[in-house]
Amino acid sequence: MDIQKELENRILVIDGAMGTMIQRHKLEEADYRGTRFANWHSDVKGNNDLLCITQPEIIIGIHLQYLEAGADIIETNTFSSTTIAQADYDMQSLAHELNVAAAKCAKEAIKRYHEKTGNKEPKFVAGAIGPLNKTLSLSPDVNNPGFRAVTFDEVVEAYTEQIDGLVTGGVDILLIETIFDTLNAKAAIFAAKQYFKKKKQNPLPIMISGTITDASGRTLSGQTLEAFYISVMHAQPLSVGLNCALGAKEMRGHIEELSQIATCFTSAYPNAGLPNAMGEYDEQPHETAHFLEDWAKEGFVNIVGGCCGTTPDHIKHIADHVKKIAPRKRPQVVTQLEETN
Amino acid sequence: MVPVIHPFMRLSGLEPLVVRPETNFINVGERTNVTGSKKFARLIKENKYEEALSVARQQVENGAQVLDVNMDDALLDGVQAMVTFLNLLQSEPDIARIPIMIDSSKFEIIEAGLKCVQGKCIVNSISMKEGEEKFIEQASICQDFGAAVVVMAFDEVGQADTKERKVEICHRAYKILTEQVGFAPQDIIFDPNIFAVATGLEEHNNYGVDFIEATREIKRLMPLCKISGGVSNLSFSFRGNDHVREAMHSVFLFHAIKAGMDMGIVNAGQLVVYDEIEPALRDLCEDVILNRNNDNNEATEKLIAFAETVKAKGKEEKKDEAWRGEPVEKRLAHALINGITDYIDADTEEARQKYPRPLEVIEGPLMDGMNIVGDLFGSGKMFLPQVVKSARVMKKAVAVLTPYIEKEKEENRLLAEQSGDISLNNQAGAAKILLATVKGDVHDIGKNIVGVVLGCNGYDIIDMGVMVPADKILDTAEKEQVDIIGLSGLITPSLDEMVHIAKEMKRRNMHQPLLIGGATTSRMHTAVKIAPEYDNGVIHVLDASRSVTVAGSLLSDEQKTSFLSEVQKEYIQLKAGFDKKKTAKNYLSYEAALANPFKINWEKFEPVQPTFLGTRSEELADITALRNYIDWKPFFIAWEMHGPFPQILSDEVVGKQATQLYEDAQRMLDKIEQEKWLQPKACYGFFSAYSEGDTIVLPNASNNNEDVHLEFLRQQIQKAAGQPNVSLADFIQPKNEKEKDYIGAFVVTIHGIEEHIKRFEADHDDYGKIMLQALADRLAEAYAEYLHERVRKSEWGYASEEHLSNEELIQEKYLGIRPAPGYPACPDHTEKYKLFQLLDATNTIGVGLTESLAMYPASSVSGWYFANPQSQYFGVGKIQQDQLEQYAKRKGMPIDLAEKWLRPNLE
Repeated sequence: MDIQKELENRILVIDGAMGTMIQRHKLEEADYRGTRFANWHSDVKGNNDLLCITQPEIIIGIHLQYLEAGADIIETNTFSSTTIAQADYDMQSLAHELNVAAAKCAKEAIKRYHEKTGNKEPKFVAGAIGPLNKTLSLSPDVNNPGFRAVTFDEVVEAYTEQIDGLVTGGVDILLIETIFDTLNAKAAIFAAKQYFKKKKQNPLPIMISGTITDASGRTLSGQTLEAFYISVMHAQPLSVGLNCALGAKEMRGHIEELSQIATCFTSAYPNAGLPNAMGEYDEQPHETAHFLEDWAKEGFVNIVGGCCGTTPDHIKHIADHVKKIAPRKRPQVVTQLEETN
Repeated sequence: MVPVIHPFMRLSGLEPLVVRPETNFINVGERTNVTGSKKFARLIKENKYEEALSVARQQVENGAQVLDVNMDDALLDGVQAMVTFLNLLQSEPDIARIPIMIDSSKFEIIEAGLKCVQGKCIVNSISMKEGEEKFIEQASICQDFGAAVVVMAFDEVGQADTKERKVEICHRAYKILTEQVGFAPQDIIFDPNIFAVATGLEEHNNYGVDFIEATREIKRLMPLCKISGGVSNLSFSFRGNDHVREAMHSVFLFHAIKAGMDMGIVNAGQLVVYDEIEPALRDLCEDVILNRNNDNNEATEKLIAFAETVKAKGKEEKKDEAWRGEPVEKRLAHALINGITDYIDADTEEARQKYPRPLEVIEGPLMDGMNIVGDLFGSGKMFLPQVVKSARVMKKAVAVLTPYIEKEKEENRLLAEQSGDISLNNQAGAAKILLATVKGDVHDIGKNIVGVVLGCNGYDIIDMGVMVPADKILDTAEKEQVDIIGLSGLITPSLDEMVHIAKEMKRRNMHQPLLIGGATTSRMHTAVKIAPEYDNGVIHVLDASRSVTVAGSLLSDEQKTSFLSEVQKEYIQLKAGFDKKKTAKNYLSYEAALANPFKINWEKFEPVQPTFLGTRSEELADITALRNYIDWKPFFIAWEMHGPFPQILSDEVVGKQATQLYEDAQRMLDKIEQEKWLQPKACYGFFSAYSEGDTIVLPNASNNNEDVHLEFLRQQIQKAAGQPNVSLADFIQPKNEKEKDYIGAFVVTIHGIEEHIKRFEADHDDYGKIMLQALADRLAEAYAEYLHERVRKSEWGYASEEHLSNEELIQEKYLGIRPAPGYPACPDHTEKYKLFQLLDATNTIGVGLTESLAMYPASSVSGWYFANPQSQYFGVGKIQQDQLEQYAKRKGMPIDLAEKWLRPNLE
């Protein structure tokens, strides 16, 4: 089962939103706590990652729905499973366990899918590494632009622990995603590189996915797309791409640019448009699929899927639309300067 | 088609830097280095990081493409200084734009720096001096951060000094990095060590050659790697003699770059152009650097001897006439680049006789010269005043040729008539750009500068002058089929006029892009108010240097669409941000604001009665008295040189040009003074006054002895507890039985500029013209300052004990204020009518008001005098509908008219 080979032959589909699907279960505080955390000293409702421990069946069920919809890659429910992000719930000590549990949920879903359908299609688990709620390039205090709420070393430590959990749980890929501050992503890359060196283990492939939140085409930390790509090239990633943000319509130009400059595979999993006034996403499955089909036809992408607001229905439409389209061919990389006359 | 990706070095800050074969030599800014810049070191030691940032900004503005940051100083905590500086730098997008070179001999400082920067950096440097193991360890850490590395030619034995050692060490390092560590060759930069030459020790004499030849060989063996070096080491033995050092650096780089050197740590602003070095010095430098004719240190000694003569001459101006011996093309280029008009008429005539057609002189040697000027300006190696001088040379040359070109045109026309071939008469010209200062506005220094700079870049400029009505601008644009329209304005009512013009352009279905510039304009106003009115491109242009790239993009078929859509996207976003922000602030009702005035204890107040009541006027015989009151900072800003005065004169980057400009200005002031070019005139007066809410009443002050009511606006934004909502009326005592209070008014102006402007124009001397305009503005301001001081000390006399230096005056350290209608404390321009009537300013000193309430002559200043020691400058800020209605009622002005005049304070 080699994802590199799969990607050379076809467009792979990555799953859709986890949060949107969890919302449908209308879980209450008690559901989040389960029995184990019945007496936890702070509220935990909203800590979606915790559900991997307290409601694993729900998480496995969501993964399964995405697999059935046609996803080739499913993401672990670990967007916030770091000591830094879990501090909101005072659950730092659980960070490692959350990652292991989440990886297991995803693996279990694949196992059940294969049993249920009897087919042997390769399916991959991507360990999701989120951007953190604290950033390394931006000051949270407007009056003190030199201030940082967290240090590079702290971020590396948190990510190292997350990576160890994901690897222990058995993920196939590390997915550094929704990057709005490239320096946070560089800390994650640094953590991964050092981790595998120390473990003397073959490194897992890394997928990198940034997010462009403003119309000028820059990351929140101010980089242009090309500058962002250059800054993370050293990860030698399996893929680089974009997710979340303003939705597919706004992403097109950026993904086109990326497809021209990236030597690796490219990925795109946008939100289902922009949320409406009620915070809900209105873009219909066929609409999202229509955008992604266009990009596939243009040869911009190797991996497609959805982010916030997308559902198994969206993923099914996407999968159906891109199935027959040839994947993007990676640029030709030359290793010598051309002779100049 | 699959794209091809080449093995170029790729770096990034907020923006990418891709080093392609056609990329020129990369300037690494060196001033943010505590070991290289005393100023920077001092700022860091004194914890003045904000100011230290400005050093970085200057480097970027000056053309640095990578910023070297070094904090290696025994007295500094290097890690802490590096982290603090780099973190601060990340919040400055104009600096963080370019990649950072983290420079230290201590690896812990390098690591600390790498942890602060999101872009792809360069580490400067690592080496094998502590053995392979350490080298590999450090290289692999750099790799995990994704940094490129500078590798010094340094091994366990020591620093490489000969060509062979340099090549050998670099090659060994290359093999380790690429084969063991896994580095991409294009991420490796070698520094083969530049050492000082001409030290007197013969064994140092070949160091220049060793570097250059090693460079050539390294590039041959490892073509993807880059070569860098710290150039200033080379001339170390000539410390203190910048003239010789700069020449040595240029000569060295000239040869090293030819051998393959890709980048260097240099002070971009201080490099002289290789071709511009005086030949004698250049030859001496060449001998020393290339170690020619250097037996027994002969070349070295010659250069030292030469250096002594330069030193001895000191600052004495030396005119080098050697260029006069060059062919005419070279002479024209030299004259253009150096702004020399002395020989331009004769040289142009000589070229005209040499070339078959007069137009070919323009298209050939003259445009070639101007292209060099454009390139030097574009890369930050020339500054605006120099460019304007170049333009003056160009204009003079063109003036010599024009009669011949006209004659030729006429001949062609006749020929065309005879032969019926119209193509002879229909040559496609340069792109046309129309410039105008809008109706009601009389300020045009900025517009003139833009015209000159664009003209220098080969555009055909139609300058319509000042106070041009919309239909006249647009009629001309259509008739002349211009490609771009540029509008300028200085006072706030001009903003509305610009919106109006944009609307008109849309109505007329025009297609030209519209450029917006001038002191009162802004990107925000353009985005929010003007851009939505016209669909074919509205762009705010910050300054003259920006105008060239903007015009270039707009006139390029490939770039225009994407450029316009970029700008549009940006403006839509700005507007969205603006709309969102609008609701964020809280405002008081006008009633509540009125109940929270600035409180003055009138019980303890003893007003000083002015020495006279009523008005007076005067005319100064010359400008002598005013010269000491000039505030120079805005003068330099007019020339796009930013920085405090007089420090700007010794600034590392622009100092030389600033000094030159300042000297030219002083010379012109001498002339103005001696030849009495200008006539400063003033009228002023003092009146009894009391306040009533936001009205100040001047009893019986009008011509026919009626009360004059001055109306003021009050801040309405919700203030912090205890902070007042201020109005100027708060500074005048309310009506009472016992005490009286007073208010003053003034208008000053500088007459007489027109005939001299005409003279400069006739002489094609934009430099002189703009200089005179800028100085007249300064003199008007100086007069206002001078008069205010006399008012404080004697005429009104409320501060007779005052002793302030000019600097303190500029910092407004005096008691009392002189706010002007139309400015932040009293933003309603229409109150100027009352001020002018009170003083009868138009009749007494000949200052008029346009329909937009701009004063004419343009170099004029007016305002009210408030004497209360507690009075202060402030901005009214945004006001609400309730105050607007009340204000309009008080003024007896229709509400929509009041709305028009106060628009900037309403939105």
